[in-house]
Amino acid sequence: MEFLRPATWDEALAAKAEYPTALPISGGTDVMVEMNFDVHRPSAILDLNRITELSEWQIADDVVQLGASVPYTRIINELSGPLPGLALAAHTVGSPQIRNRGGVGGNLGGASPAGDAHPALLAAGRDVFVEVASQARGTRLIAIDDFYVGVKRNSMEKDELIRRVHIPVADGPQQFSKIGTRNAMVIAVCAFGFALHPKNGTVGTGIGSAAPTPRRAVEAEEYLAGVLAERGLWQSGDLLGTEVIQRFGELVKAAASPIDDVRGTAEYRRHSLAVMARRTLTWTWNDYSKQIRSAA
Amino acid sequence: MSTRTIQGQKNLQDINQASKDGIGGSPLRPDGTLKVKGEFAYSSDLWHEDMLWGMALRSPHPRANILSVDISEAVKLPGVYAVLTHDDIPGSKFYGLEIQDQPALAIDKVRYHGEAIAIVAADHPETARRAVKKIKVEYEVLTPIVTEEQCLDPETYGYVHEPHEFKSHGHGNICHSQKLVHGGGVTDEIRALADVVVSGHYEVGMQDQAFLGPESGLAVPAEDGGMDLYVATQWLHVDRQQVAPVLGIPEEKLRLTLAGVGGAFGGREDLSMQIHACLLAQRTGKPVKIVYARDESFFGHVHRHPAKMYYEHGATRDGKLVYADARIVLDGGAYASASPAVVGNAASLGHGPYNIPNVRMEAIALYSNNPSCGAMRGFGAVQACFGYETQMDKLAAELGMDPVELRQLNAMSEGDPMPTGQVIDSPAPVAQLLQIVKDRPLPPPLDLDNLDVRTLPGALSNTSHGEGIVRGVGYSVGIKNVGFSEGFDDYSTARVRLEVIGGEPVAMVHTAMAEVGQGGITVHAQIARTELGVEQVTIHPANTEVGSAGSTSASRQTYMTGGAVKYAAEAVKAALIEKGRRRYGWTQTDIILLGGKVISEAGGPLVSIVDLLGDEAIDLTREHHHRPTVPFDKETGQGFGHVQYTFCANRAVVDVDIELGLVKVVELTAAQDVGKALNPLSVIGQIQGGCTQALGLAVMEEIIVKDGKVRNASFTDYLIPTILDVPPIPVDMLELPDPHAPYGLRGVGEAPTVSATPSIVAAIRQATGIALNRIPVRPEHLTGTL
Repeated sequence: MEFLRPATWDEALAAKAEYPTALPISGGTDVMVEMNFDVHRPSAILDLNRITELSEWQIADDVVQLGASVPYTRIINELSGPLPGLALAAHTVGSPQIRNRGGVGGNLGGASPAGDAHPALLAAGRDVFVEVASQARGTRLIAIDDFYVGVKRNSMEKDELIRRVHIPVADGPQQFSKIGTRNAMVIAVCAFGFALHPKNGTVGTGIGSAAPTPRRAVEAEEYLAGVLAERGLWQSGDLLGTEVIQRFGELVKAAASPIDDVRGTAEYRRHSLAVMARRTLTWTWNDYSKQIRSAA
Repeated sequence: MSTRTIQGQKNLQDINQASKDGIGGSPLRPDGTLKVKGEFAYSSDLWHEDMLWGMALRSPHPRANILSVDISEAVKLPGVYAVLTHDDIPGSKFYGLEIQDQPALAIDKVRYHGEAIAIVAADHPETARRAVKKIKVEYEVLTPIVTEEQCLDPETYGYVHEPHEFKSHGHGNICHSQKLVHGGGVTDEIRALADVVVSGHYEVGMQDQAFLGPESGLAVPAEDGGMDLYVATQWLHVDRQQVAPVLGIPEEKLRLTLAGVGGAFGGREDLSMQIHACLLAQRTGKPVKIVYARDESFFGHVHRHPAKMYYEHGATRDGKLVYADARIVLDGGAYASASPAVVGNAASLGHGPYNIPNVRMEAIALYSNNPSCGAMRGFGAVQACFGYETQMDKLAAELGMDPVELRQLNAMSEGDPMPTGQVIDSPAPVAQLLQIVKDRPLPPPLDLDNLDVRTLPGALSNTSHGEGIVRGVGYSVGIKNVGFSEGFDDYSTARVRLEVIGGEPVAMVHTAMAEVGQGGITVHAQIARTELGVEQVTIHPANTEVGSAGSTSASRQTYMTGGAVKYAAEAVKAALIEKGRRRYGWTQTDIILLGGKVISEAGGPLVSIVDLLGDEAIDLTREHHHRPTVPFDKETGQGFGHVQYTFCANRAVVDVDIELGLVKVVELTAAQDVGKALNPLSVIGQIQGGCTQALGLAVMEEIIVKDGKVRNASFTDYLIPTILDVPPIPVDMLELPDPHAPYGLRGVGEAPTVSATPSIVAAIRQATGIALNRIPVRPEHLTGTL
């Protein structure tokens, strides 16, 4: 097994071009576990830890450019304001040790439907982009909706590496809920991310662990955005009413296509998604209403 | 002696204080800081120059005939020193704790998912792993025998062990069974005496010990043709007894030394890698180390027996129990392991700490193609307690009685007979323990205005901000035996040496006791300090150079090996005083050892231990046998079968998110009679740890097996409680001495694991109104989404 340790991003792309089957590693919280369990023995490991820019973030034009290796702990501590949904999701990742090492790049690279970051990224809007690059073709931005293509598969090419993720700064309240059968350190039985985007009058959703890929509840988003627009609720901040909340929950539930497995039944996943959808909508809308009223 | 004060001897008190680190004190354990800092050497850290790494090939099928095993490609791999199958075993091919029915390596068939077929020794673990993959096994896959119905109909579904190879006491696919009849049994006439009858079917899932230190050890071949084995185990001598015949060497040529143990909970009672490492070392002439990976660990040790139980209780209208009937079916899996003892416990303890005039019980353990089950903390009693305590709640509801009062009304106490006829001849404060947990103030209700999400069901997963949360409270009490039962003489041996080192009297304690984290070595030093009046005590590494200490299980080690240390120390003390009498002509009869001196309680110090001992060492070994027990009668279950009983009561307070089916245990109170707490801090730790393991069984811990295959052999999917799942556990310790036990102590490790689970389930039941007849309780049970 080759062990490659590029010092710069260009060297990393060169290495990935030369060894397209090389497995990138940063925090190692996923890769090392799978190697220990003998899930795979990659021909080469590409260690990205020397490339400091991957552990940096900045905000430009109201977009957070989040380095692939920025650990969850720093997302919680430094980005709870601009990225509240992702920060809440980061809280639910593993243990403190895992959060100190793991970052969003690993979640995206692994593309597991159970990755905690995915529902928050989907909910953050259609303008979330994964920035990837290859030595041959340079940089490209993949829209988050085009990123997940199958169980543990993403739309990256073999010679590409994830550099950072572009996530718009939140313009409204965001929430994230996850079901696990214990109160910490648990893989999601299912998860739900939700965000209000008052600027463009949309809402964002993300479903985790309840379909072959992380996915958006498109009909639920359209229904809710429609209601909010028709009833002038963005402006008034008035109560949504139980009927709307209920309907939203049902549409989220309908968007999932879960399976029975050792972590939970498909029926429980559907049921709990509806509950989480109702609750996260209620919380975010309450927060939004308060903002409107205090501004008025 | 720490509780003893020497009254009226002011001068003595001034000069001599009994050690605060003697019995009754709470000196810290010597391994504690090392473990917290990650510096403790576990068995997985063992290393030897030129050592090889051993690894096993395991069956992917729960039931199959092995048509062929081709090792030729594996042997050719550079770095591979040996590839062995059962054909290569020089001695006996079978082993087992009670019944030698398990092949050291599979012979012509496999009986469970993960059974070892071949073993490899190589110069690197990666090489060994590759070699294992190159072994070709041809299987004829058979339909596994996994359900009770299948097991009990072998003519249709087949035999796990064919009749001609059957070695257990049972028949067909029944490994062991025990019946019990007490009073008039359960007949139509007896049933007619009851005003109220409640019954139910209950189920317990397969719990795992989930120790963190994987099975590991190092076998080093010796020049005399023997073997030195360093291993994490629970009982060195019984390992030796099982391993030596397979190697074809006399027991005395196999020397075992305890390596650092990372938890046990019963899971190290059976052998795991011991035979395999020794066989490979014997063949290659080189030291061989084996360390299981986590997934292999889940296949490499036995689990808690899953149980299916039927219970029926009849009572008078005022709540007095009239009769109780039960049938407990335990799935023992492929091999016997501790199944007979588990059955004995389930049958004899399975009606709980209650006075019931008429009782019937049948407990059986099945052979199946599921994973083997054996010892785990509280075995037999844990499963049953969920059944009878659920019944008590059901009966209380039926009668409109308070569930605690119903239990107290029927609670047994000292002098009452068990259903086995054995009269309880030491304190049994069952009603009092229940009262203690009931009287504790309840934790405050949820403060919805100042919510800390970490305190709610789901915690940081952020599933509720107060929505759907309902609180529930539940009670339970349980009974467990201490020590090995049914006529077994599980004696312990201790060697104590007293000598002067560097001008100070120093005691050395040498036993073969496995320190698995229970704190036994701390207690041994405390006993030596108290008995010999010295401060400095060293603990000799546990090995087979000294006699057996029995197993670190059945809550027995402080009672048994602690007792042996006491008796050996007393013998040393007597020898020392006798030496003084000979030298100085003492005639006093009140001579004790205290603060490094020999003292007449009336007359004051006589001489220092240092001066009396000089260059001599007093080195004595003693065995401790508990009072004898007898096997239970096969048909009636009658007999003086248990050494000692132990009781714990719990109150659980839970918050349940009734929409999502998520549970947060808010508080878990325990009250337990410990006889005498030799180290109160350790005792509280045992009770809290036992409660935690019980919490795991109540709400999350289960090995999921489908068609004989294990589905969650990892800590990713076998969940054990984290710090956010474990609530405050207030503990009340009663110290009512047992006159038959050393220092009056009572074994403590298991009782809370028996009793706490049903209290949590009762609390969830109260919160949700859902009849919960299976543990662990899953969110699906609480939301109707199974």
